[in-house]
Amino acid sequence: MDKFLTFTIVGLATSAIYAVIASGLVLTYTTTGIFNFAQGAIGMLAAFTYWQLRFSWGWPTPVALIVVLFVLAPLFGILIDRVIMRGLQDTSETTKLVVSISLLIGMIGLAQIIWDPNVSRPYATFFATSKPLAIGPTTITWHQLITIAVAIAVAIGLRFLLYATRIGIAMRAAVDDRPLATLNGARPHRVSMFAWAIGSSLAALGGILIAPLVPLEAGTLSLLIISAYAAAIFGRLRSFPLVFVGAIVVGCTEGYLSGYLPQNQYLPGLRLASPAILLFIVLLLLPNPRLRGRTRSREFFPMPSRRGALGFAAGVTAAGVVLATTMSQPDLVTYGRVFSVGIIALSLVPLVGFAGQVSLCQLSFAGIGAIVMAHLGHNGNPIALVWAVLITAAIGAVIALPALRLSGIYLALGTAAFAIALDRWIFTLPKFSVFGLFNIDLFQQGSVSVDPLRLFGFTFDTPGSQMVLLSSVFALLSLLVVAIRRGRFGRRLLAMKDSEAACATLGLNLLGTKVTVFALSAGMAGLGGALLGSQLSSVSPQNFDLVTGLPIFALAVVGGIGAAGGALFGAVSLAGLLPLLAALLPSVSQYLVILPGLAGIGLGRNPNGAVHDLREGFMPIAKSRIVLVATVVVLAGLYAIRMLDAIDNWTYALLTMTTPLVAVVAATLLRRERADGVVPLEWRGVTEPWTDDDVRDLDRVLGLTEVELHGAARG
Amino acid sequence: MSNLSAVEPPDNPARSNETGHQDHNLLELRGIRAAYERIDVLFGVDLVVPEASVVALLGPNGAGKTTTLRVAAGLHVPSAGDVLIAGRRVNGAKPEELARHGLCMIPEGRGIFPNLTVRENLRMMTYVGRSLAEIEEIAYSRFPRLAERRTQTAGTLSGGEQQMLAMARGMATEPALLILDELSMGLAPIIVAELYEMVAQVARSGVSILVVEQFASTVLGVADYAAIMVHGRIERAGRPDELAADLSKAYLGG
Amino acid sequence: MAQLAVRGVTVRFGGNVALDGVDLDADPGMVTGLIGPNGAGKTTLFNVITGLIPLNSGSIQLNGAPMNDLSPTKRARRGLARTFQRLELFSLLSVRENIRVAADIRKGWARDGSDPAAVTEALIERIGLGAVADARVDALPTGQCRLVELGRSLATRPEVLLLDEPASGQDENETLAFGALLQELAAEGMAVVLVEHDVHLVMRVCHKVHVLDFGRIIAVGDPQQIQTNPAVVAAYLGTPG
Repeated sequence: MDKFLTFTIVGLATSAIYAVIASGLVLTYTTTGIFNFAQGAIGMLAAFTYWQLRFSWGWPTPVALIVVLFVLAPLFGILIDRVIMRGLQDTSETTKLVVSISLLIGMIGLAQIIWDPNVSRPYATFFATSKPLAIGPTTITWHQLITIAVAIAVAIGLRFLLYATRIGIAMRAAVDDRPLATLNGARPHRVSMFAWAIGSSLAALGGILIAPLVPLEAGTLSLLIISAYAAAIFGRLRSFPLVFVGAIVVGCTEGYLSGYLPQNQYLPGLRLASPAILLFIVLLLLPNPRLRGRTRSREFFPMPSRRGALGFAAGVTAAGVVLATTMSQPDLVTYGRVFSVGIIALSLVPLVGFAGQVSLCQLSFAGIGAIVMAHLGHNGNPIALVWAVLITAAIGAVIALPALRLSGIYLALGTAAFAIALDRWIFTLPKFSVFGLFNIDLFQQGSVSVDPLRLFGFTFDTPGSQMVLLSSVFALLSLLVVAIRRGRFGRRLLAMKDSEAACATLGLNLLGTKVTVFALSAGMAGLGGALLGSQLSSVSPQNFDLVTGLPIFALAVVGGIGAAGGALFGAVSLAGLLPLLAALLPSVSQYLVILPGLAGIGLGRNPNGAVHDLREGFMPIAKSRIVLVATVVVLAGLYAIRMLDAIDNWTYALLTMTTPLVAVVAATLLRRERADGVVPLEWRGVTEPWTDDDVRDLDRVLGLTEVELHGAARG
Repeated sequence: MSNLSAVEPPDNPARSNETGHQDHNLLELRGIRAAYERIDVLFGVDLVVPEASVVALLGPNGAGKTTTLRVAAGLHVPSAGDVLIAGRRVNGAKPEELARHGLCMIPEGRGIFPNLTVRENLRMMTYVGRSLAEIEEIAYSRFPRLAERRTQTAGTLSGGEQQMLAMARGMATEPALLILDELSMGLAPIIVAELYEMVAQVARSGVSILVVEQFASTVLGVADYAAIMVHGRIERAGRPDELAADLSKAYLGG
Repeated sequence: MAQLAVRGVTVRFGGNVALDGVDLDADPGMVTGLIGPNGAGKTTLFNVITGLIPLNSGSIQLNGAPMNDLSPTKRARRGLARTFQRLELFSLLSVRENIRVAADIRKGWARDGSDPAAVTEALIERIGLGAVADARVDALPTGQCRLVELGRSLATRPEVLLLDEPASGQDENETLAFGALLQELAAEGMAVVLVEHDVHLVMRVCHKVHVLDFGRIIAVGDPQQIQTNPAVVAAYLGTPG
């Protein structure tokens, strides 16, 4: 009984923290429609700032608290609202999600820049020196007591704010009917600013209260509040009383788990993963949603052409060969991950880009693929790749089953919970056996070695050969993705993304379609993971955890998640440009961790993705045959000169990069020259007979895709 | 009906009426054309709301009635034509600017917040610079039934009461011109009749009212003038008694 | 036996009764009109028939077999198709692709010898959108979008077709052609249910008209009877006050 009481108190104190953070989250979500994945990260930054003021600079506790809670945190919230979130109206849920995930990544990066992660920072609880109070047979610390009191105060304060003040009523009005609230002078900007200010103050409060209880580390602290998310979902992201109830359920469950979970080697991970598992369960308990009707957004991804896809694949393979033959061994190791990460990013294209389903656990699938390769791919046995695809696809299909019920933010949270359950628990399991038949030792509680792949008698054991292999696999998979997009299945996915209700009334099996695309995507990620594993030669759970995977997701979306080019963009930025910048600018290399976050935050300005603009920019080359041929010849020539060692890598790289730019200018000039002698559109076919080019020009002006001249003439 | 384009500019008595002199027209629409994206909806609408009168805009669905109201309230920018308020051209003015000039629009589907109480709904109106007490005073004196319901959540009110609340909210701005869109939506005829009695009371206190309504017969009992709109044009306009015969044809064909 | 039989369907949202004991029959070879003032419950009835909204009581039968417990998907496979008042087109796809998706989906469950590509081309011709077949539907005016939705629903070769305000956004000529197409479809043996505000179209093409008001069917009859029915006139015009 004493033990029960003790853990009830522990649980209630944790609940109180979750309740505080979750109510801030719900406040911003209901009033602005943005689910702030970075809520925990705001708390984390606040905890670090408080540590700096209170323990490093020795400010008095009340001053430090007031500065953090009532000045810095609200200002930070207002900054986020004004600079980042306000531009997100009319964007898809995926874009909103990526922006807030990027904020999370960026803030973790920022904390690591300011506060060296390798230094330990002692963090005292409030009134740490005072004697705990006795409650019957057990005791309660002052910190616990304050935490619970703070949560109660927050509950009362929120109730007062929302029901007794004009701005609070305006907030509730905005939840009810935002356009009407605007018509009624609710001044939506002020309301959202206020919501962000209070939301981040509450995050800060929670962060400061939780920080003394755990190691002060940016990533851990940012994700600790996954439990607060569970509490928020429990309240359906709407009802504050339910959020508090949810927080108590989640907090106490965690308390009792730490008290009563039997001590054995399999379960410590479960305790760490329990918040994620609770979140998953809460998500499954949500009521069944109505079928989604049409959603409008600004995003549009054009249909890839066959020619463009083949050109892209050829270009990627050629780039792989060029890199493999020109780079030094250490460079190949550094940049070698571009294409394996690229394959994992590519797995997101059919799932997120075409089907509109969000998954934050692609890297976990990759981890499973790597494990399969490690255990079944002895001596590089390629059959292991097949197994990797099949096993991850099967797991992906199982994950998709609850996905029929979840969408948008809920699906993102569900897949994130799955990723956490894997990296905190499953991946850390010691050796176990299934029905006594198989002995499974996933990562051997540390790292596991992977043999290089052997294919048709050739062993891919050098970084160069792996680079060529991976670029070819990426190229092939990009062709597969394009084939899907152009084919029956792709049309079906896009249709489902647009309107599930319409698809159902046409007789489409939604569950089957979702399961298939999840399995396909998981299989691709598994293949990427298996290849990444054999490239790294030794893998550990850290290679595949949630936080590592988030930038891949974010940057692929920044690149343009509707096309293979977007995936490549994400991978090149993450595994190519970042290390390159770090090598070029060693003095600022530590600041680079913040870049993926910044890129994602910029997405709100261009939801179609960066590749879309790049492609438009280089379009003139593809349109002029002369320039296209000339460009390819020059690039091949440069490569030949480089191979003859007439120029060094830097010169080669510089020339190779300038060539397409020059080509664009040339193509544009050529075009303009020709345009001078052109017959105006309305006169064509009058003074001279129609030609194929005239039809094409007309189609272009009218915004139609190409039509065969003869077909058009007959029709 | 097929030679609509040949019909001369609508003979709108509201215009030729003795009180219809330029300066006494609270709202005047001249040759309004409007489109959504590339679809034309209004093809030259002329409409006048004289001071202290009730004008009913009638017609079947899709005729462009709501668009006309939206143009008047500044919520939709017309592609051609002029909007005049009290004789002043206000083309392109923002809805909030027009609101400050005394125009209040109550949109279709009850302009209320269902999860807020009656009182909180009224409190949202304090932005006009009146205290809650004043607003409550205006609201409850016009709609006494709301006083009994002041602590009730608006969503639990009956349909008619919700519509009263919406009007009460509108009255808090003490508008000179009240624009009502489909007050009767989803309400039983007897409640609609009751609501229009209140509209008539509001009108008697000197507020001009432009109302779009499907329940034509009901509103004709209250209106001073009426216009029938079909396919983006005012097809007939006049005194209510002159129009009653045309209505059935406009709505049910035949 | 009617192809589609709606019997005593009642639907409540919270405390509000949206549909109150609605009966409706749609017979093959006929265009059945469903009219009523705004907010009468027409779209709700379509949502209930297609299974997008659950009903509180009553039954919906297709060819005599009850469908109450079937998902929207299964109902579609039994031969039910519809269009949507608030267009539910696949905005990321072209006109051709929109119809092709439906033809492919049908091929997936019907497993017959039909060729989705040929079905698609034939339908594009039938709805007369050959000139814009490769344009994205987002770029089309509403009237043409309505036709795409019609083509898409026809691609599943339905026995019963529910059309929710298919003529709104069409100009007079388009509406005329559309009416003729509806009569053609009915002549081929389809049971068409038409919700429409353009009364002229309804009166021209419908064999039978149901009038819905406040969730209740207040009149059923041929167009002439409906036009002169006092209850209908009152529902539309209100009582003189």
